[in-house]
Amino acid sequence: MKYLYVGATPEVDREALTAVRDRVAAEFGVTVREMALSEIGFAFDPARRQYGSTAVLEMLMRVCPADAVKFLAVTEHDLFIPVLTFVYGHAQLGGKAAVISLARLRQEFYGLPPNREVFLERAYKEALHEVGHTFGLVHCADRSCAMALGTNVRQIDGKQAAFCASCAAALRRRPRE
Amino acid sequence: MKSHWQILVVDDEEVMCESLAAWLREDGYLVDTAASGRGAVEKARSRDYAIYFVDLKMPGGMDGIETMMQIRRLHPDASIIIITAYATVDTAITAMKEGAQEYIVKPCNPEEISLLVSRIIKVKNLQRENSILRKKLTRQYSVHDVVSKNPKMQDILRLAQEIASLRSTVLIQGESGTGKEMVARAIHFSGDRAQGPFIAVSCAALAETLLESELFGHEKGAFTGATGQKRGKFEMADGGTLFLDEIGDISAKLQVDLLRVLQDRSFYRVGGSQEVRVDVRVIAASHVNLQQAVAAGKFRDDLFYRLNVIEVRIPPLRDRREDIPLLVRHFIEKLSPELGKEIQGISEGALRVLMDYNWPGNVRELENAVERAMVSCRSKNLADTDFSFLVPDGDSPRRVSFPAGMSLAEMEKVLIAATLERTGGNIKESASVLGIDRSTIYEKIRKYEIPRP
Repeated sequence: MKYLYVGATPEVDREALTAVRDRVAAEFGVTVREMALSEIGFAFDPARRQYGSTAVLEMLMRVCPADAVKFLAVTEHDLFIPVLTFVYGHAQLGGKAAVISLARLRQEFYGLPPNREVFLERAYKEALHEVGHTFGLVHCADRSCAMALGTNVRQIDGKQAAFCASCAAALRRRPRE
Repeated sequence: MKSHWQILVVDDEEVMCESLAAWLREDGYLVDTAASGRGAVEKARSRDYAIYFVDLKMPGGMDGIETMMQIRRLHPDASIIIITAYATVDTAITAMKEGAQEYIVKPCNPEEISLLVSRIIKVKNLQRENSILRKKLTRQYSVHDVVSKNPKMQDILRLAQEIASLRSTVLIQGESGTGKEMVARAIHFSGDRAQGPFIAVSCAALAETLLESELFGHEKGAFTGATGQKRGKFEMADGGTLFLDEIGDISAKLQVDLLRVLQDRSFYRVGGSQEVRVDVRVIAASHVNLQQAVAAGKFRDDLFYRLNVIEVRIPPLRDRREDIPLLVRHFIEKLSPELGKEIQGISEGALRVLMDYNWPGNVRELENAVERAMVSCRSKNLADTDFSFLVPDGDSPRRVSFPAGMSLAEMEKVLIAATLERTGGNIKESASVLGIDRSTIYEKIRKYEIPRP
């Protein structure tokens, strides 16, 4: 039996984690297992005051359980890749590991009043998106699809928390892992 | 489809290179990477990428600007984005002056890169669509490489299709360079004989005795130098089509011989006694008006009527100027791979020059002009300056005068020498301008001992 592991760093909002876990399990039709992750201070870049997502993915591959079909990490820390100012998430395209950051998904980050519902919606859209990449899906031209590129929260809010028919079909066609 | 487009990311910092490549791959692009300017130029040599992301500061003697310049030498219209962590106004100005499409500072906002890439790809998609539509348009007006939307030419092409499978003789008349052989080929390749041979003979290029042997073949010992039996063009064309170009130039004796073959479908090799039977369709062509030649007693009327079963008259290019843009695009597409050039089109100004010119050498002259312009062209579009060698009528760079008392032969010599000078010694073009065959011009150059410029 293979599982989709969802790992969280210690500071992660538990309610958000549960929402992500349940939604991923329902959308991909796999059994999800939770896993506690330790702090990711090793990925911290003092100059940028952000966490390098590539280093996190490398760590995930090192601790990945043998029965994991995919491994999604959730963190509150703000992530980046060297060439970009930030990323909401990062995945190995067609690989095993993915990570999402909740840091920029809250309304408070943009100086707005908190909105729990909007935040949770964004969190599992990002989770679907990054796990979708690990299944080999690339960005979708359908702006309402979970696989559409989201470079700001407006674009994330414009997406559905589900895959379009074309991406869903591509997922169904994927080889059994 | 994004995956049609390939992107090259060039950065000596592996982590930068790979992170941008991975991010673009998630967007569905095929992404290649290079760790140095030299590596990038090597990759660009074998493939033109849709977009090049090039880091400004790279060690090894080739920085981003130098890399960009070398890539642009290989692909003048390459979309190059310079990326740098050390932005200054000076470097930005230099990059843009040297042809960078954009200049971005890393780390950059994901939205910025995303918009930039999608904007460039949108333009590339439009360019590709435009090129496909142009090709479709050319195909719509093309039958076996004869390109025209002129109503008279369309009628000819329709007729060519209708008569393609008949064995009836066809006489194609038209000025030099109008494409008589192309129409003959269109007839041949549209019909039942398409699998058979298409043999073309220029009657003007050979002396009478040589032409006789060329057409009918000869037996061993038929004449001095006939060391073995040789099959003639009629035999070679058995089951196919024999195209006799410049039929108006054949001698009276050959006219009789040809008439006999057309009547009996059989002939004797030179010096032979055995009758040879062939199944050949004859298509003849002439740039001189054969009817007038018959009236002047220079061409046998019985042969004319035998040849003129189906008559095709090709209009000169000056009477179908609407074909010029179509033909130019056709020649650009045809010649680009031959010349190793990536010319995509022609400017409005250049097209005006071509539309205003009189084209005495017709389509052949136009093709030569396009080829000459493509050779000297330094951009992706032919400009009016690329056709500066086309001198409008009455504006010749060198006036040729023929004083009274000059013989016809002397006039011919002077005229050929002046034409060669005007075309820079280009035989094909000179022949086209003078309205004669290449073989004829060679013969006259030898005869008059005209020095080549």
